[in-house]
Amino acid sequence: MDTGDTSFIMICTALVFLMTPGLALFYGGMVRKKNVLSTLMHSWIVIGLMSLQWIVLGYTLAFGPDIHGIIGGLNWLGLNGVGVEPNADYAATIPAIVFMAFQMMFAVITPALISGSFAERMRFPAFVAFMLLWATFVYDPLAHWIWGVGGFLRNLGALDFAGGNVVHISSGYSGLIAALVLGKRKGLGKESMAPHHIPMTVLGAGLLWFGWFGFNAGSALGASGLAGIAFVNTNTAAAAAALAWAVVERLHRGKSTMLGAASGAVAGLVAITPGAGFVTPLSSIFIGLMGGTICYLAISVIKAKFGYDDALDAFGCHGIGGTWGALATGIFATKTINPAGNDGLFYGNASLLGIQALSVLITVVFAVVATFIILKVIGLVMKLRVSDEQEAVGLNLSLHGEDAYPDFI
Amino acid sequence: MKKIEAIIRPGKLDSVKDALGTHGVNGLTVTQVIGCGKQKGNTQVYRGVEYNVHLIPKVKIEIVVMDKYVEEVIQVITNVARTGEIGDGKIFVSNVENAYTIRTGAIGENAL
Repeated sequence: MDTGDTSFIMICTALVFLMTPGLALFYGGMVRKKNVLSTLMHSWIVIGLMSLQWIVLGYTLAFGPDIHGIIGGLNWLGLNGVGVEPNADYAATIPAIVFMAFQMMFAVITPALISGSFAERMRFPAFVAFMLLWATFVYDPLAHWIWGVGGFLRNLGALDFAGGNVVHISSGYSGLIAALVLGKRKGLGKESMAPHHIPMTVLGAGLLWFGWFGFNAGSALGASGLAGIAFVNTNTAAAAAALAWAVVERLHRGKSTMLGAASGAVAGLVAITPGAGFVTPLSSIFIGLMGGTICYLAISVIKAKFGYDDALDAFGCHGIGGTWGALATGIFATKTINPAGNDGLFYGNASLLGIQALSVLITVVFAVVATFIILKVIGLVMKLRVSDEQEAVGLNLSLHGEDAYPDFI
Repeated sequence: MKKIEAIIRPGKLDSVKDALGTHGVNGLTVTQVIGCGKQKGNTQVYRGVEYNVHLIPKVKIEIVVMDKYVEEVIQVITNVARTGEIGDGKIFVSNVENAYTIRTGAIGENAL
């Protein structure tokens, strides 16, 4: 065991934790003020739900002893046997309980990411049920497939340094399905749905960027040179994508917006996530520039064409950015950065790109089908969507009995 | 007694208030309002979604004065708040039936 690695990962765990409150603010600023509290709740309550789900069941499903490459066994139910001794399969130099805690923060933020797609219209009990079922039946198996020893996508050779597939592609495509199943917000295209508090969104984006250092550098699972590379790649891609979004937006619409620059940074962070520990900083610039550009086009052009109401662009940022990042890893990965990784297309190994594409496809199909089934099953038991009247009044008041910004006193 | 309601550009509030003060008008009520008139709104774009905003922010100043001061107050506001461009605002004048000061109980023009 290594005290340096242990303290580094505990700090990274706290950094990744901060991303979920950051996400709450990032999303909260983008909704209308009558729904801001319901949007903040979506992230905040997930911190509570997933922290417990992960300890009781999630961790063992994702990282427990492998069963046919599909799921972890129930040996570590309730963290039975997960203690101060390291688990050499995952991180030989830190206590298993610290590895578990680090992974917990990923399990917390991933379902919360989906909530951007169905913001401003989902009933709270249905939301809670969806989050718990999605974590158990989508996130936990997927984490096992890609990160678990014996997981079939891991054995296939797919590279996912910090969670491009597990976190971003899964949540993004699930969000798209959730937006389609729940339907559009009432008045979309007729009433103004402009963000009510962009400075709040910028604060949230800043916390996400800050926390992402823990997310990506911490995924090296030690205070190592590789962690340093992931750290630099993370910042580089976010910076490049923020600039790319601002430039493309200016060319397309005439002005660079603050909301766009903040969104671009997040798109860049998403795009570098799977490759952060496999690519060079120069490749990160390209991954970020493309990530910002592709996500801008997906959100500003493609969404308008197809007309789905992915309210806060969970799909546009995480689904699209994550897909690009996974493929980019297949192009730019190099063993000179990480001998435990692989060479990508630009380093003479075209097969990695194929494996990455296959892993994306499997993740997308699984997330889409499973999310659809989960929502339909919940829909049999309870209503998914608020009533027209509740939606008109706003979810702060109709679902939570609170007012975010009381006008008097 | 007359009530003067002046709807002006938000950026002109301080100079109008100061100018009124030098003419002895020290009591007024200010409200942030939005409205539309001849001035065109603006276009805002959020993540590629365009919103045309027709209701523009303005500031409304309400002053109640004795009849003899009405012309002077209107003159002051007009001089200071005018830029010559569309969107400088409007002034409305109406009769006030009575006035009271809550603390002293003064009535009518004594209450102003």
